[in-house]
Amino acid sequence: MIVISNLNKTYKTPKGTVTALENINLRIEKGDIFGIIGFSGAGKSTLIRCLNRLEEPDSGSIEIEGKVITQLNQSELQQARRKIGMIFQQFNLLDSKTVFQNVAFPLKVAGHPKPFIQKRVREILDLVQLSDKENVYPFQLSGGQKQRVGIARALVNEPDVLLSDEATSALDPQTTYSILELLKDINRKLHLTIVLITHELDVLQHICNNMAVIENGRIVETGSVDKFFLNPESDTAKRFVKIIEYYRDKRMVMEGTGAGI
Amino acid sequence: MRDDLIDLLWKGLLETLYMVFWSSLFALVLGMTLGVTLVVTEKGGILEAPRLHKVISTLINSVRSLPFIILIVLLLPLSRWVVGTTLGPTAAIVSLSIGAAPFLGRIIENTLKEVSPGKVEAAKSIGAPPFTIIFHVLIPEALPALVRGITIGIIGITEFTAVAGAIGAGGLGSLAIRFGYQRFREDVLFATVILIILLVQLIQWGGDFIAGQISKKRYKFE
Repeated sequence: MIVISNLNKTYKTPKGTVTALENINLRIEKGDIFGIIGFSGAGKSTLIRCLNRLEEPDSGSIEIEGKVITQLNQSELQQARRKIGMIFQQFNLLDSKTVFQNVAFPLKVAGHPKPFIQKRVREILDLVQLSDKENVYPFQLSGGQKQRVGIARALVNEPDVLLSDEATSALDPQTTYSILELLKDINRKLHLTIVLITHELDVLQHICNNMAVIENGRIVETGSVDKFFLNPESDTAKRFVKIIEYYRDKRMVMEGTGAGI
Repeated sequence: MRDDLIDLLWKGLLETLYMVFWSSLFALVLGMTLGVTLVVTEKGGILEAPRLHKVISTLINSVRSLPFIILIVLLLPLSRWVVGTTLGPTAAIVSLSIGAAPFLGRIIENTLKEVSPGKVEAAKSIGAPPFTIIFHVLIPEALPALVRGITIGIIGITEFTAVAGAIGAGGLGSLAIRFGYQRFREDVLFATVILIILLVQLIQWGGDFIAGQISKKRYKFE
């Protein structure tokens, strides 16, 4: 379970302070797939990066599986991060390492013995269906394959939580679909909590159970994904749903009413 | 051409190679330390320490603002203390290393800064401590560019050895000045110039080759 309470974050710029996150309170159940949605600049990226303290919050607390992340010192934080996987929009794989070495890196950092690393890396590469790419360098992979390596790297050390920072935003729809299916599958198999941020409604609709809407650094709506689509309350949610309806109506006009039924 | 030419050139070449090799090695160790320290201590770096960053940066700028020949004179006492003399190739290595380290440090700093911050963040997110990030992410990711940058540095050092020749370092530079300039031996002058040109070409070719091999391994399609 993840509990975020009274989280605040501001940035100092030459023009003054900008509030990125304001009094965030969230509760994410274990095993949930939780989506945080918002328009660009709403603060969703800052929020997810606070969870493993890639961004340092100004105040408030974050608790993940009983551990208060915001109170840890640097070496404790390094330990805790080993149980919080993260995947990125730009994949962030190491070009100097092969697929195998990229995935083995977290295990090496954690100090596992070599035979264990070999076995575990092969297992996880099998899970993401990249067993045949073990000795290939990331440059030779497609976007979807790169993200699979990213997922394998994030999961290899058996984390409790997976953070996804716009992990599908750089991928085409078909690849997005397959990555989302993979995440769903992993969530089911490993009972892993997944927190993802996105600006793509499809992503939310496809895999999330619960969600929060973030607007100007504040959470303006939380609840189940179904509720979001049926009864949007916040301004952001209404605008998102309106966009969907707009395209649906347009399609109906073009294809003729009833054509899709 | 006189019959002592080959002997002179051979001895000069060996001395130059000796100076270039050891100075490059020491300057590289020093420069790497400086460059890495600059990158990790800057604001937002993995071992943020803005004051230390400022001190090192100012120190590098100070050493780099001195003309090399003046730096050698300034460092003469140090050479005497380290190797017991201020003359000859070994003494020159002290000044060459210290003179070239800040230059290499800046090149290495700039190269390491080009490693995408996302890669460093990914390493942080798996719980990698700073030194692991330096040796497993920053340096390997920048390696082809580092090799190219260090090649520029070594060529700079080759140039410096020739300058150091003016004040008793030995090597090809010293031949050119003592024989070519002071004794009007044009054959020596031209031969040393050609040798230095060849040497620099060889270093550049070697650097390009190594960098190319690394890139080829990482960025090729099968």
